[in-house]
Amino acid sequence: MSIATHISLALLLLGLAFWTIVVRDTFSAVAGFIPYGLLLTSAWLALAAIDVALTEAAIGAGLTGALLIAAASRLHKTEIAARAEQRGTITRILAAILATTMTAAIMACILRLPDRAPTLAPTVARHLAQTGVGNPITAVLLSFRAMDTLLEAIVLLVGLIAIWSLAPDRAWGGRPGQAQTEDPKGPLAYLARVLPPIGIVIAIYIFWVGADHPGGKFQGATILAAMWLLVMMSGLSDAPAIDRGWLRFLLIVGPAAFIAVGFLGVVVAGAFLSYPTGFAKLLIVLIEAALLPSLAVTLALLLAGPPRRPGRRA
Amino acid sequence: MTTTTIFGFCAAVLVGLGLYGLIVNPQPLRKLLAFNLMGNGVFLICAVIARRGAAAGMGGDPVPQALLITAIVVAFAASALAVALMLRLSEETGACSLSSTRGEGD
Repeated sequence: MSIATHISLALLLLGLAFWTIVVRDTFSAVAGFIPYGLLLTSAWLALAAIDVALTEAAIGAGLTGALLIAAASRLHKTEIAARAEQRGTITRILAAILATTMTAAIMACILRLPDRAPTLAPTVARHLAQTGVGNPITAVLLSFRAMDTLLEAIVLLVGLIAIWSLAPDRAWGGRPGQAQTEDPKGPLAYLARVLPPIGIVIAIYIFWVGADHPGGKFQGATILAAMWLLVMMSGLSDAPAIDRGWLRFLLIVGPAAFIAVGFLGVVVAGAFLSYPTGFAKLLIVLIEAALLPSLAVTLALLLAGPPRRPGRRA
Repeated sequence: MTTTTIFGFCAAVLVGLGLYGLIVNPQPLRKLLAFNLMGNGVFLICAVIARRGAAAGMGGDPVPQALLITAIVVAFAASALAVALMLRLSEETGACSLSSTRGEGD
């Protein structure tokens, strides 16, 4: 892409961002956020961050967009009251001054970035062969900085527990969301029958190819989560009650396998999460395969929200 | 003007817009949206720094790029928690507001 394309991309992106901040109606603001996320995906591509672009398209634009749209429609009735709390002119002017100063300071920093940029790319390239994977991002995520990824998987789990803990007492152990009353012969149900087989194949492909090419478990798990959410929204299958044993097992199998491999490293290779020579690729694939279902279920349930109705029919 | 400078400036404006929206918009959902814009700005700066570190046949420094993937996923989890809090607040009080004078009993 040429400089002119990049400038137009940046301007479009900022135009949509401006829209989401200043438009009166919250639903319109959220609607602007989704094309904004897709443009941001193009920005990652322009910056040669293909793995990040895939993640942004799946999670940043896709899941976050769905989350915000659902929230905006459920909070719609509180809109008018909230609008009455509009900030006064002085606050707005002060906020604008503060924001402009912040922007100017960051721009000055961008211009003053060192000309010989520090980089770890040569170090990663030198040690890539030891991990057995060909995609440097996967090597960083699951070998060089595996601790970050382990903690991330646990953060997602803690986030889900936090959301579940917002359930009212009577709904604890029940199913998240409203019971769906979609027409079983309607277009959504049709899509929910046709898309998942294709989606599942694509998700597993993206997961598998992530070892050597852009892709990986996060992107694959998001597609799986999206397919499951589609089936749940269409009413073809209800959301699971959160006290189900299989559900709890799927949630923890990824982090548990990750921690187990970590301790295996203590015994065999002398440090937590270090892989014995020659087995790195095998262990990485093992961790990723265990994380895939955990991440997919966690992401879908984060979106589904706290349980709101009893799980078993009374 | 190079690509990294263009997107660096774009990131700076995103952070500014997000900060303004975070202060000015009263609705919690709008604040969340603004906060996401700020976050995206920070991510974009990180990607610019990664791009500047392109070396050894890679399009960018893979370490910050990998951290970005982690960041996007964690940002989604945090947004989901924020949304769940807002929905619960509106279920309990019938309003969704951060103001201390409103929201109780009306």
